[in-house]
Amino acid sequence: MSHPRQVTLAASLLLGACLLGSAFSLRRVDQLRTDPASEDLLFFRSPKLLQRMSLGYDGLLADVYWTRTVQYFGARHAAHASHYRQLAPLLAITTTLDPHLMVAYEFGANFLSPQPPYGAGMPDDAVKLVEFGIENNPDNWRLYYDLGFIYYMDMKDYQRAAEAFARGAKVPNAHPVLKILAAQMAQHAGDTQMARALWTTTYQSTEDKQIRANAMAHLRALRVADDVTALEDLVAQYGQKTGQLPKSLADVVAVKLLPGIPLDPTGHPYKLTGSGRIEVEVPDDIPFLEKGAPPGYKPPPPQNLESLPR
Amino acid sequence: MNTRITHIASNTFREAVRDRVLYNLIAFAVLLSGAAILVGQISIEIEKLVVINLGLTAVSLFGIVISIFIGIGLVSKEIEKRTLYTVLSRPVRRWEFIVGKFFGLAGTLVVNTFFMAIGVFGALFYVAHKFQASDSWVLVALYFIVLQFLIICALALLFSSFSSPLLSAVFAFSLFVIGSFSEDLRGFAQMATGATRWLVTGVSYLVPNFSALNIIASVAHGRPVSGQLILHNSAYALLYSAMALSAAILIFQRRNLK
Repeated sequence: MSHPRQVTLAASLLLGACLLGSAFSLRRVDQLRTDPASEDLLFFRSPKLLQRMSLGYDGLLADVYWTRTVQYFGARHAAHASHYRQLAPLLAITTTLDPHLMVAYEFGANFLSPQPPYGAGMPDDAVKLVEFGIENNPDNWRLYYDLGFIYYMDMKDYQRAAEAFARGAKVPNAHPVLKILAAQMAQHAGDTQMARALWTTTYQSTEDKQIRANAMAHLRALRVADDVTALEDLVAQYGQKTGQLPKSLADVVAVKLLPGIPLDPTGHPYKLTGSGRIEVEVPDDIPFLEKGAPPGYKPPPPQNLESLPR
Repeated sequence: MNTRITHIASNTFREAVRDRVLYNLIAFAVLLSGAAILVGQISIEIEKLVVINLGLTAVSLFGIVISIFIGIGLVSKEIEKRTLYTVLSRPVRRWEFIVGKFFGLAGTLVVNTFFMAIGVFGALFYVAHKFQASDSWVLVALYFIVLQFLIICALALLFSSFSSPLLSAVFAFSLFVIGSFSEDLRGFAQMATGATRWLVTGVSYLVPNFSALNIIASVAHGRPVSGQLILHNSAYALLYSAMALSAAILIFQRRNLK
C-alpha cells in the first residue's frame, strides 16, 4: 500500500473511532447530568426582548417557541405533572413573536384551561391568551368562541361566556351558532344540553383531527352523564315501586321500566352497584367522565384520544 | 450595460462559483427537507408555516452572509493579489470596475436565491400536497429578500473600497443589525426633542431600513402584500443601493492605488 493511502486509511479509522468515542462520552455525560431543573429553564422571559433579538425573523422564532410549548406541555402532561409554570410564558412569547399564529391560541387555551390531568388548570391565563389573540385578530370568530368556551366550561362564568359569544356573533362571517349560543346561555346555562351544543359546534367547525377527537371524547362523556342520570332515576322508580333496590339492571328490565340493558358509548353494558349507582364497565376508555365512574376513580395517564374505541 | 461592466460582472460571478459559494445550496436543501419531515412529528399544525418561515429565513441569512463575506473582498482582494492593476491598465474605468463587481455579486445572489426558491416551493408542495393562490406572496417575500441583498452588496462594496476585509465585515454586519432596528430608531427620535431629535431622525434615514423588506411572517400566513409596498420598497432599495454604490465609486475614484 502506498504511503498516501496508508495515511488516508489511518486518518479515516481515527476519525471513525473518535466520532464513536465522543458519542459514547456524550451519552455518559447525559446520564450523569440528571438535573431536572434544566427542563424548566426559560432563558428569556421577555417576549419583546426576544422579538428585538430575532432581527426581523420573528416568524421562525415563533415556530420554534410553539414547538417548544408543545413539547413542554406534552412531556409534563404525560408525566402527570402537578404544575406547568412555563406554559403561560412560553405561549406569551410565541404569540408576541407571531400574533397571527392561530394554532397557538386555540391549542394553547386548550392546554392552559382544563383542570389536571387534562390541562394545566390555569383558565385565567387561558383567558388572557385568547383576549390577546382577539386584540390582534379581531375578525376571527373562532377566538370569541374559544373565550366563551373557557368561561363556560372551566370557569362556570355563564354571564361572561354569553358576552363572549355575543361579541363573536358581531364579527363579519361569524359562525351562526354564536348567536344561538349567546341567546341560549341565559336559559340553559349549566345544562348538559348546553355543553353538548358547545362540543358539537367544536366538532363540526374544525378539520383538525385532534380537536375533533377531543370534542368527540367530551360528547361521549356527556352522553354517559345523561344515561347515568336517566338510569339512576329508573332505579329510584324501581325502588318506589317494589320497596327495594334492584340487584341488577336486568331487574329493571323485568318490570318493563327499561326495554333492554343499555350500552355505554364503547359498547359495554352499564352496571348497577349495590348502592344503586350506575357505573360504566371500563371507565379508562371514556375520558372526561363526570358521572358513571367508581367512587375515588383516578383517570389513567393521558392517552391519544384519536385511538380510543369508537 | 456596457461590455466592460458585463465582463467584470460575469468574471465576478464565475469567481464566486469557483469559490464554491453555491455549495450553500446543499446545506439549504438538507435544512429544509429535514425541517419538512421533522416538524410534523414534533409540533402541531405548523408544518407549512415552518417551511415558509424557515425557508425564507434561510434564503435571507445565507444570502446576507454570502453578500457580506464576498462583497468585502471584492476590491481589497483584487488589490492584494495585484490583479486590479492588470484590470485598470486596460481601458476600464474605476467606476465600471465597481459597478461590474456589484452586478456580478448581485447576479450570484439572484441565481442562488432562484435555486433556493425552487427548494422552498418543493418543500411547500411536499407538506401541503398542493399550492394555494396565497402561496404566490412567497414570491414577493423572495423579491424583497433580493432587494435586501442589493443593499447589503452595495454596502459591502462601499466598505471594501476603503477598508480592510475584517473591518468591512464588521461594518457591514453592524449596519445590517442596525438596519433591522431602524424603525425603533425612528421611534426613539419621536420621543426626543431639539437637536437630538434631528440627529436621531437623520441617522434613522441614513442607515438602511431592512424591517420594511422583511415580510416573511406575514406571507407565511398567506396575507397579501399591497402593490404600493412593492413599488415603494423597490424604489427605496434601488435608490439606497445606488447611493451606497455612488459613495463606493467616489471613494475608489480618489483612492491612491500606488
